[in-house]
Amino acid sequence: MAEYWYFNEAFAEEASSYFLERPEPVIVMDFTIGERDFVNAGNASSQIKMALKRLGVDHDILRRIAIASYEAEINETAHARGGEITGNIYPEFVVIKFYDKGPGMKDIEQSMVPGFSTADEQVREMGFGAGLGLPNIKKNVDVLHIDSEEGGRTLLEFMIFFRKKS
Amino acid sequence: MKLGEIVKALEADVLVGATAMEKEITCAFASDLISDILMCTKEPTLLLSGLTNPQIIRLSDMIELFGIVFVRGKKPSQEIVEMAKERDLPLITTQFTMYKTSGILFNLGLRSCKI
Ligand SMILES: Nc1ncnc2c1ncn2[C@@H]1O[C@H](COP(=O)(O)OP(=O)(O)OP(=O)(O)O)[C@@H](O)[C@H]1O
Ligand SMILES: [Mg+2]
Repeated sequence: MAEYWYFNEAFAEEASSYFLERPEPVIVMDFTIGERDFVNAGNASSQIKMALKRLGVDHDILRRIAIASYEAEINETAHARGGEITGNIYPEFVVIKFYDKGPGMKDIEQSMVPGFSTADEQVREMGFGAGLGLPNIKKNVDVLHIDSEEGGRTLLEFMIFFRKKS
Repeated sequence: MKLGEIVKALEADVLVGATAMEKEITCAFASDLISDILMCTKEPTLLLSGLTNPQIIRLSDMIELFGIVFVRGKKPSQEIVEMAKERDLPLITTQFTMYKTSGILFNLGLRSCKI
């Protein structure tokens, strides 16, 4: 089982203790994602964004959350057989989990390289397949965790704090 | 620049947003790659694109778009027009290519969005 972790230094300590303890979220939002459902794809991310907006999360932070979540949601739709999305909301941050039905990634490090893509013709015609989704997720989040192997299911989760780096 | 001026300069058809012609447009970005658009949009943007699938409208849930200009005569389906109406997102379509559309707007003084 291959794992990938990225931590933004500014939040590394707080984030590490979160991943050790995994406390109960205040609000949980669950969604089911259909395979190749490009009509509804993006709906979960936009619902999570709207909920956080109502809670008063800063505009720039909201944009980062929406972009990272949308890229991961599209990957679950385009590269996997659909799956689940769970938005876990805490007072100071959000953790969003994308757990798909496979077929997993051959090499996570390679998938993270800007420009790397295995998107097929149908997916490319819709404007995806630049190989920039995962790098864009990494750029926008405070923690990124990917757990995947070829033939298995992929778990991608990320954490974003509501306050700006001090 | 007002949206109405853009419609006129591009000899465009308005699909959604006939009442938004007074809307002030401050900058534009042109691309047919969704990840590219997401990576490069940091301020409210007029998007020029040849993509006409539902995800181009969905983008406006994630980032701030003034509206979308479909280039080279591309016309989205009725379903997509309805999605845009729900969001109050202006949609216009021009026969001009992406290059010509960009050139016309640039010459009129519409700047490139910060990336
Ligand atoms: N959930 C997933 N399951 C299996 N493979 C994945 C998954 N997410 C990403 N990948 C693999 O990683 C590659 C790179 O993903 P990334 O999101 O960076 O680019 P892309 O989806 O191909 O294009 P873009 O996101 O720019 O439209 C994909 O082409 C695919 O091979
Ligand atoms: Mg992607």
